[in-house]
Amino acid sequence: MKPRFVLRSSTPWWRGPLLIAIAAVVTFVVTAALIRWAGGNPVAAYRYMFVSPLQSKFGITESILAATPLVFTGAAVALAFRAGYWNIGAEGQLLAGTIGATWFGLQAENLPKVIAVPGVLLAGAVFGALWALVPALLRSRLGIDEVVTTLLLNPVALLVITGLLNGPWRNTATGFPDSDVVAEAVMMPIVWPGSRVHFGLVAGGLMALGCWWYVGRMAGGLRLRAVGLAPGAARIAGLEVERTLLATALASGAIAGVGGASEIAGVAHQLTIGISSGFGYTGVIVATLAALNFVGGITVALLLGVVNVGSFSASRALSIPSTMGEVVQSVLLITVVAALVISRFKIVWKGNDR
Amino acid sequence: MIEVIIDLLAASLRIGTPLLLAALGELITERSGVLNLGIEGIMYASAFSGIAAASYSGSLWIGLIAAVVTGLVAGLLLAFLTVTLGVNQHVAGLGLTLFLISVSNTVNRILFTSDGGQVRVEPWKSLGFGGPIFDQYLFTYGTLLIGVPFVWWLVWKSGLGLRIRAVGENPEAADVAGIRVARTRYQAILIGAVFMSLAGAFITLAYVGQFTINIINGRGWVALALVIFGRWNVGRCIAGAALFSLVNAGQLQLRLVPAFADVPFELLLALPYLAVIVGLAISGRNVPYPSAYLKPYRRL
Repeated sequence: MKPRFVLRSSTPWWRGPLLIAIAAVVTFVVTAALIRWAGGNPVAAYRYMFVSPLQSKFGITESILAATPLVFTGAAVALAFRAGYWNIGAEGQLLAGTIGATWFGLQAENLPKVIAVPGVLLAGAVFGALWALVPALLRSRLGIDEVVTTLLLNPVALLVITGLLNGPWRNTATGFPDSDVVAEAVMMPIVWPGSRVHFGLVAGGLMALGCWWYVGRMAGGLRLRAVGLAPGAARIAGLEVERTLLATALASGAIAGVGGASEIAGVAHQLTIGISSGFGYTGVIVATLAALNFVGGITVALLLGVVNVGSFSASRALSIPSTMGEVVQSVLLITVVAALVISRFKIVWKGNDR
Repeated sequence: MIEVIIDLLAASLRIGTPLLLAALGELITERSGVLNLGIEGIMYASAFSGIAAASYSGSLWIGLIAAVVTGLVAGLLLAFLTVTLGVNQHVAGLGLTLFLISVSNTVNRILFTSDGGQVRVEPWKSLGFGGPIFDQYLFTYGTLLIGVPFVWWLVWKSGLGLRIRAVGENPEAADVAGIRVARTRYQAILIGAVFMSLAGAFITLAYVGQFTINIINGRGWVALALVIFGRWNVGRCIAGAALFSLVNAGQLQLRLVPAFADVPFELLLALPYLAVIVGLAISGRNVPYPSAYLKPYRRL
């Protein structure tokens, strides 16, 4: 008897949610083993990770703050993936955005805020798009795989930041390798009084909604989806596939870049080597868990923000490694993509005819 | 001058060993039509599990075995996701990489760094003969003298290699001819993962003798590029790995040259990555991807 997967002709409505629930249980079991090994109680750890941040205003606002960059990178990745452009360079593009924002922010002393804040976000967008430009051109002009080139530029972006911070942007007051604090003018307003939640959340939400509107409702978005689903057919239908890919890749890089600018202008206020804790890679998790849906992406980003904040409180309270949060997120990614595929199939046990 | 060249070549052989091993593993995998983006994570987890097992057992060979087992388990997971289920290969591979890196970092903290320590072993030494250039690790000789001919033989001369290429080019025809497509792809992924785990083990067990965060640092992605640059051929992959290693060893040497003292070393560190992208831009056009690349196969 061997199992075989056979495509279902119709999927009952409850199978998707059921399998997602199973995925969550599997995630719990797998990670619980690791938490036990670290000497923690898995149930308590999960309560810290998923529940306790939601029980205080501070926890809620810090989770939203942690979710803000993920809203950007999730939308950036989803937009590119929808067009079949495998941009895995959101990390580098976000880092490039932080460079652009810092560059702008260090010399914006005399600008009024109404110009400086849009300016710093624009600087992030331009730098992010520039960082996405070379892989995009190589793909659309020469057909060179963007997966490899976008991946390779991620460590390069971090090296550029290290170089800047050890060189021209070294802190003038302390001499440490982090930049001076950016001009007051570019610092984005707080949108939730008494917390650190800043305007970047609004900007990110608007961008994700904009992507949703464009991809779902506009003619250009229809072209984008057609290129993603069937590039050959799209070309025969007269669509300019290469130009669509190029434009999508640049837009994706720009969104990630604004995400970087939002971190600088919204919360960090200076460039540091650890400015991104893998936001670009987590963006792939966000986009995938949301099934490349932009509104869903905002929700998933908020969920992962809770996990990020919660894994630090779990780490403090139970003295388990704070990297547990990353383990939970990656296991969730693997189990959910598996569940989404399984939900479309039924398993048939049959005899031994291969 | 001659000393510089000698250093350059000797360093290139050291730098090139893990890259070549990983690229050979990816080559075998992709020949079967499957992309393994878990390569970076497999190298990372094997580098860690290898040194962890070596430090607990006191034997580097047991460390090597642990690394290979790690690679096999990771390969099995990727094969289940991409071959049995047919999950998107970009997402499955990247998810595997994120998973393996985060688990390795977590276990590293549980076992070693929670009390401020760091795992170290006395690594394999170079063999101590062959002069300044060819005094290399057993690992390097194994890679060049056994690994390379083995992969060439496997891909081009063995029955399994023929089946791997068949399911990578035309799985329907292979199926009709009686080749078990899923089983063949599992085999290719597992053999490839063993090579990737050897690459990771080399770095901790021979090259540096300790494990640090971010120790692989994009080497897996470079290997991925080398396979495209090498057009899925063993010989061209070696040439690519040699070129990359020369550039990398060269930038290490440049730092010692007084004229380059003012160039930020980060710029030099970025040079090898940029060289790979330039290499792809020059020679990566119209490369012959396996026809069934990225396509799951399912009889319906």
